[in-house]
Amino acid sequence: MSSPLTPEQASAELDAHTREMVRWHFSPETGCPYWLDRAKTFGFDPLEDVQCFADISKFDLFDDEILRKEDPARFIPKAFGDRPYNVFETGGTTGMPKQRIGWDDYKTDYTEFSDHYGPDFFPSKANWLMVGPTGPRRLRMAIEHLANIRGGACYFIDLDPRWVKRLIGMGEMKMAKLYQEHVIDQAATIIRHRDIGCLFTTPKLLESLAERMSLADAGIRGVFAGGTTMTPQYVRFIEEEVLEGKINFAPTYGNTLMGLAISKKRGPGEYSLTYHAPQPRAVLRIVNPDAPEELMPYDEYGRVELTTMTKEFFMPRFLERDEAIRRRPCDEFPWDGVGDVRPFQSGTKTVIEGVY
Amino acid sequence: MNIPILRLGQTYESYDQVELDLGGGETLVTHTANPGLIRRDLLRIAEAKAALDAIPADTLASYCEQAAELFLHAELPCGDATQSPRQYIESLSALTRLPHSLVRMNMGKIHAAMSQVRTVINGLTRNLPLEIFDRGLASLTDLAVNYYPATTSLGVSLPSNAPAVNSLWIPAPVMKIPVLLKPGREDPFTPLRIVQAMIQAGFPKEAFGFYPTTHEGGDTILTCCGRGIAFGNDTTLKKYAAFPSISVHGTGRSKILIGEDMIGRWPEFLDVIVQSISANGGRSCINTSAILVPSHRDELADAIARRLAEIKPLARDDEQALLCGFANPAMADGIDDLITSQLKEPGAEDLTARHRDGERKVGAFDQTYLQPTLVSCSDPEHPLANTEFMFPYASIVEIPQKDMLENIGQTLVVSAFTEDPDFIQQLLLSPDIERLNLGPYPTNRVQWEQPHEGNLFEFLYHRRAIQGDLVT
Repeated sequence: MSSPLTPEQASAELDAHTREMVRWHFSPETGCPYWLDRAKTFGFDPLEDVQCFADISKFDLFDDEILRKEDPARFIPKAFGDRPYNVFETGGTTGMPKQRIGWDDYKTDYTEFSDHYGPDFFPSKANWLMVGPTGPRRLRMAIEHLANIRGGACYFIDLDPRWVKRLIGMGEMKMAKLYQEHVIDQAATIIRHRDIGCLFTTPKLLESLAERMSLADAGIRGVFAGGTTMTPQYVRFIEEEVLEGKINFAPTYGNTLMGLAISKKRGPGEYSLTYHAPQPRAVLRIVNPDAPEELMPYDEYGRVELTTMTKEFFMPRFLERDEAIRRRPCDEFPWDGVGDVRPFQSGTKTVIEGVY
Repeated sequence: MNIPILRLGQTYESYDQVELDLGGGETLVTHTANPGLIRRDLLRIAEAKAALDAIPADTLASYCEQAAELFLHAELPCGDATQSPRQYIESLSALTRLPHSLVRMNMGKIHAAMSQVRTVINGLTRNLPLEIFDRGLASLTDLAVNYYPATTSLGVSLPSNAPAVNSLWIPAPVMKIPVLLKPGREDPFTPLRIVQAMIQAGFPKEAFGFYPTTHEGGDTILTCCGRGIAFGNDTTLKKYAAFPSISVHGTGRSKILIGEDMIGRWPEFLDVIVQSISANGGRSCINTSAILVPSHRDELADAIARRLAEIKPLARDDEQALLCGFANPAMADGIDDLITSQLKEPGAEDLTARHRDGERKVGAFDQTYLQPTLVSCSDPEHPLANTEFMFPYASIVEIPQKDMLENIGQTLVVSAFTEDPDFIQQLLLSPDIERLNLGPYPTNRVQWEQPHEGNLFEFLYHRRAIQGDLVT
């Protein structure tokens, strides 16, 4: 699906959106206590000095510890008044989790995702099965919304990544394996006994599920997956063997703080993934890890920096724990993409990831 | 040179690759298997088992004997090229820093394990006929015995520093159990060369999986195959402790114990002791890492240290080379630093320091070496008294003979230099010794019909009680 915008128009739209969101979050009539208080410590006036996205660099890097320490209620924009909100938590964190509040953002993100994929990709009216972390996660509600707006219902099998992390930390490899089998047993049961056409899961759980049964023969037509590194080899393996070349595959990159970045359409035999953020609501940049104010040149690895700007949540310049290749805008997404994402510094040191 | 994955005999080129420097401007690219790919192959393992089952075990043993000669002498497929024995030696030496002489010695050990596979299997099965693998049934002194395979696959995670350990899995395909191998990062050549020799000799190619892979891939091979063999240290042992299907070959801590009756003859044993410490570059778990004596410690220690100090770093292609360089110099740094810091604890002295040229860690011939080291310890509890390192290292401790067995701990090989019947009796009943050599034999002496560290046959096959109307 081509974007109606040119890169220049997309850039202008982002600048306008930046002005609007900064005005929203830093105006006493609409902003939240946290940012209004923080603004008093800035050496600049966000309302005057932020006129385009490039001006976001005036903000310091966002320290995500704030999302553990601060009461989430301090992030409620005044304009939302007493409207009840959701508290979402990030994935596999142990200890005090990072929390983000929200109202409709997940619906906006997943409606956009749904619009991107036609009924030939994820059949309309099909039921979905989500196998993965549910609990206090945005994803659980987002997938159900996705299923519902496409005319289907959603079944859930929970996997608690915090417990898996703990098992691995305790050296309980065998117990972690048994837990995964327990999750897969439940998912296989649902697929066998209910009419499931689409699946959301993590790549590792997808592999395990496909070791139990042919997902194509079981009626699965589309799979939406995210959560861990997917190298070109891994994508090829998933498409050729796990999905037997018969099931549509939509890899995504996302989290509670961003929403989700859709992967660019690939040609035959092309397995390298490039994700594009849901701009202008969120912006992903590839920056120099040693000087995060600098963008990396195209086709080079750098650290992933996320800026989220919606009426519900403002988070400038957060350095993700990932690195990726800076990729050029494309027809579908006329802004930069992030390619072949992997854990930060995994090219130079051992990183444990993908516990589920 | 490219080395792709072998997926039950089928070549598979992965997009995930590792590039290694072979020297002389040549590179080796190994293709990395993702763990899921290995698990998917295991879904088809019945086909691999059926391919082996279709061939009589006696024929498979003959194939293995022919493969021994091919392994030693033939130009064999190696990824997208072929490899002569000379190229094998040079390439393996370039990646592992093993001297050519030690690669050749390891080749000889592997050849022996392949060419004597019938003897090896006889030792494992206690002389059951090979048809036990065809029919499951055999007669043992008029008693019918029935063995059935406990698994349809054996996964092996191999190290890079000891090519001869491949000997351990070689009988498995003859016993009709397919093997899935994870080569060590720096030694993809040895297991691949054995596999290619076996395929050329007649083994069905489906019987072999060859998966250069990540640590997670290694875990997958070990935990998803019905049986697994891993090599490593105490950490490896702990990691897989919860998996009874995995046999870990850990630290050897092999020892020489000299009895009161023979310690006065210590000058006669110098050659055997020095060989036990230094053979194969001191890298094997069957190398001696501790010597326990009831008296004469200082004289014996000084004599051993003097002899060990004569072993110098030499170029990898020098026929006299015995010391191995470290492919990863950081590992040499770590070992050297640890020994140096533990020597600061009272009660230990590096005796080789008196005799050798320079420091323990030296750079020579573009590599990092650790020179042989003998540490005299006054207390068996000293941290340097019962440990082992990947170079010729040993401790020597004086301890009354009556206290020796209480202090050895789990030991892979004990060579007991004694003729004292009472001491021998105690040794024979000790639960801490895996392999016992009685007499002045080196700890690295291996008799094929006497397997140590578990019995592969009993690991792969279970015996079933059987009675009734048997048609034998």
